[in-house]
Amino acid sequence: MIRSLRVLAGLAALTLAVVACGAQQSSTQQAKTDVGVTKDTITIGGTFPASGTASFYYSVYKGANAYFQYINTEKGGVNGRKINYIIADDAYNPANTPAKARELVQENKVFLTYGDLGTPTNLAVRDYYNSQQVPQLYVFTGSSHWGADYSQYPWTLGWQPDYITEGKIYAQYILQNEPTDKIAILFQNDDYGKDYVNGLRQGLGSKADSMIVETATYNAGDPTDMSSQVNKLKASGANTFYVVAIPGQAANAITNAVKTGWKPKLYLNNVAASTATWRGVTAQLGSSAALDGMISTLFLKDPLDTAKWGSDAGVKLFHDVMTKYGQGCDPTGADAFCVSGMASAYTMVETLRAAGQELTRKHIMDIACCSLNQTGNPLLLPGIVVKTTKTDHFPIQQEQLEKWQTDHFVPFGNLIDARGK
Amino acid sequence: MRRALATLPLWTMIIAVLGLVALIGIPLITDSFQTFQFANVAAFVIAIIGLNLLTGYSGQISLGNGAFMAVGGYTTAIMAHRLGASYALTIPLGGLIAGVFGFLIGIPALRLRGIYLALATFALALSVTPVLNNFDTFTGGHVGINLKPAQPPLGLDLSNEQWLYFVGWAIAGLLFVPAALLLHSRTGRAWMAIRDSETAATANGVNIAFYKTLAFGVSAFYAGVAGSLQIINTAYINPDNYSLGLSLSLLIGLVVGGLGSIWGPVLGGLLVVWLPYFAEKASGLHLGSVSFGGKPDIGFGLLLIVIVFFAQDGLAGLVRRGMARYRVLRTRFRVEEIGAAQAPAVASPDALEELPVGERDHIRT
Repeated sequence: MIRSLRVLAGLAALTLAVVACGAQQSSTQQAKTDVGVTKDTITIGGTFPASGTASFYYSVYKGANAYFQYINTEKGGVNGRKINYIIADDAYNPANTPAKARELVQENKVFLTYGDLGTPTNLAVRDYYNSQQVPQLYVFTGSSHWGADYSQYPWTLGWQPDYITEGKIYAQYILQNEPTDKIAILFQNDDYGKDYVNGLRQGLGSKADSMIVETATYNAGDPTDMSSQVNKLKASGANTFYVVAIPGQAANAITNAVKTGWKPKLYLNNVAASTATWRGVTAQLGSSAALDGMISTLFLKDPLDTAKWGSDAGVKLFHDVMTKYGQGCDPTGADAFCVSGMASAYTMVETLRAAGQELTRKHIMDIACCSLNQTGNPLLLPGIVVKTTKTDHFPIQQEQLEKWQTDHFVPFGNLIDARGK
Repeated sequence: MRRALATLPLWTMIIAVLGLVALIGIPLITDSFQTFQFANVAAFVIAIIGLNLLTGYSGQISLGNGAFMAVGGYTTAIMAHRLGASYALTIPLGGLIAGVFGFLIGIPALRLRGIYLALATFALALSVTPVLNNFDTFTGGHVGINLKPAQPPLGLDLSNEQWLYFVGWAIAGLLFVPAALLLHSRTGRAWMAIRDSETAATANGVNIAFYKTLAFGVSAFYAGVAGSLQIINTAYINPDNYSLGLSLSLLIGLVVGGLGSIWGPVLGGLLVVWLPYFAEKASGLHLGSVSFGGKPDIGFGLLLIVIVFFAQDGLAGLVRRGMARYRVLRTRFRVEEIGAAQAPAVASPDALEELPVGERDHIRT
């Protein structure tokens, strides 16, 4: 018995010694640059739906990463450092995102996160990133939260035009052109959908309650079948259908509406307005008659509109980058998310470039939040400036209305600048 | 007590001490993400211990223990977020409220057995997320609730993850003991009697209704505590945490860890947290520019099939059989040392059957 106790004590002492050595190692860290930056690499991360019902958004990552590969391979990186973009799959489910964010920050030791996709998913980790003081940059969602809550969450920033603004643009158009419409709304039941609905309501003002006759919702991650929602909305007698959904759900809802014989005027949020999606729906319906005139907005060039952009240098660059590095992103731009991915990656690269050799999280955030003034983005509509100031944290605030015609969206009217409105 | 310790074999003690040292050492040598994962393992171990009592011992199949975790998780989240309650209070309270809820669920469950009970609890698991989403003014709905990260007490030089790791495993240890004791008590024997034959148990005077609902209540209490801990770890709650997948992963953890085995839940907890992680790594999602389009579930499924194929009585059973084989070999070796003349022959492949009766029983336990 005594012998066995000695063995035990010896083992215990040995293990403790090993443990103590391990503990000592982990407590030193000091540098001019922050975690994730070495002399020739910058490691950044992002959460994306690589699987699940929203996995079509994965193209945003492909488009962005293609541009990083192009910068790394053909331009020698950013100020001599190559960008290493690591992503974690949260399946667009906010229940998954917190663990993935921790994995990126604590295990992969990323310098910052960039392009994290989705409103509910980003809201789930905003507190975490801000408590760790890790930039959550140019998140891929147009929720108004990112710009509006800046004073409370100074480590989080959006990129694209916000959804409230977009909702107001549709409201203005409706009031000017169709002031007696009865509107039915389908929206995603979270801050993503609610922003759009609130924007529309604010834009319609006192007429909102009389014009909006019915609403229906779904949750992110739900199956794409929207038939029961559409039946409810159709029964309201509305003649206008405002669809605020992610592309799969939007396509399903409008297909269902047409198939049940409901012929409302269609308004579609920008996120769901991918040319490829609606070409697919047109093919499925056999004709574009029911879709023609469907209104949405755009802020990106549409490479599929070759008549307009066929000889545009930015669109040519997109074609070249996707041909070489696209990993499945169609160089013709059939997938609009590849386009937006590359457009936002351009902003990210230029931000890193502006930071020069001082690659600290604080410095990057100072540039992104308050002193962006980028023109020359190859894929944004001409005239759009990506801009932030000390009092304005919404990088893009310019959009144009567009209308579906046969097989593509046709822009109309002027570029609408909603900054400060 | 001293006598009980002295009768424990040396190897059991060595393994126990090594286990304890490893448990204390893990958060000191792993990075903070791994510590976070191991803290989640503790929560899952607790939930699976609870499910083991219900399914492994009282024989009632539950596909719905994720619902009890939801009760614990939301108790903690709502109390901490709205009332500013301390986590020290919300953890036991989450367990208690879940326990009452489980006891109540156990009453209608009395009428159902086997596959029908599985189906009813399956419905329970399916209903959790929609119900939580429906009462969104109360639960925060699909947007969820962000919580304040738990801070270690002043003077303790630990990170948030390390602190939660120790709290989680301390609670797991604390709850392991009564679960183990319960199984050797009147209650545990009553559960096993019910599991093996309700008719026989009734004939022997076991109050079936009482013990079956009790199993639900106790199991739900464990799940509630686990749900609270899990939420405090991530500092965020969302109805989608409580999809059917959660309840299924508890059952997977239990079956693969070892149904009706006291150590099975520990192995099950490790498996449920780490296997999906490695499956995702294996699917190549993190290889920078190379992507397989993300199908981690395939890897997870394949690994599960392999484990279940080679270890039908779970990982705990695999370990047990390995130890038994070691003992047989050791016995055979000793027998050969002593000399064939003085001992029974053990040359046939099935040594087990030819060992002395006392030795045989020892190996099988």
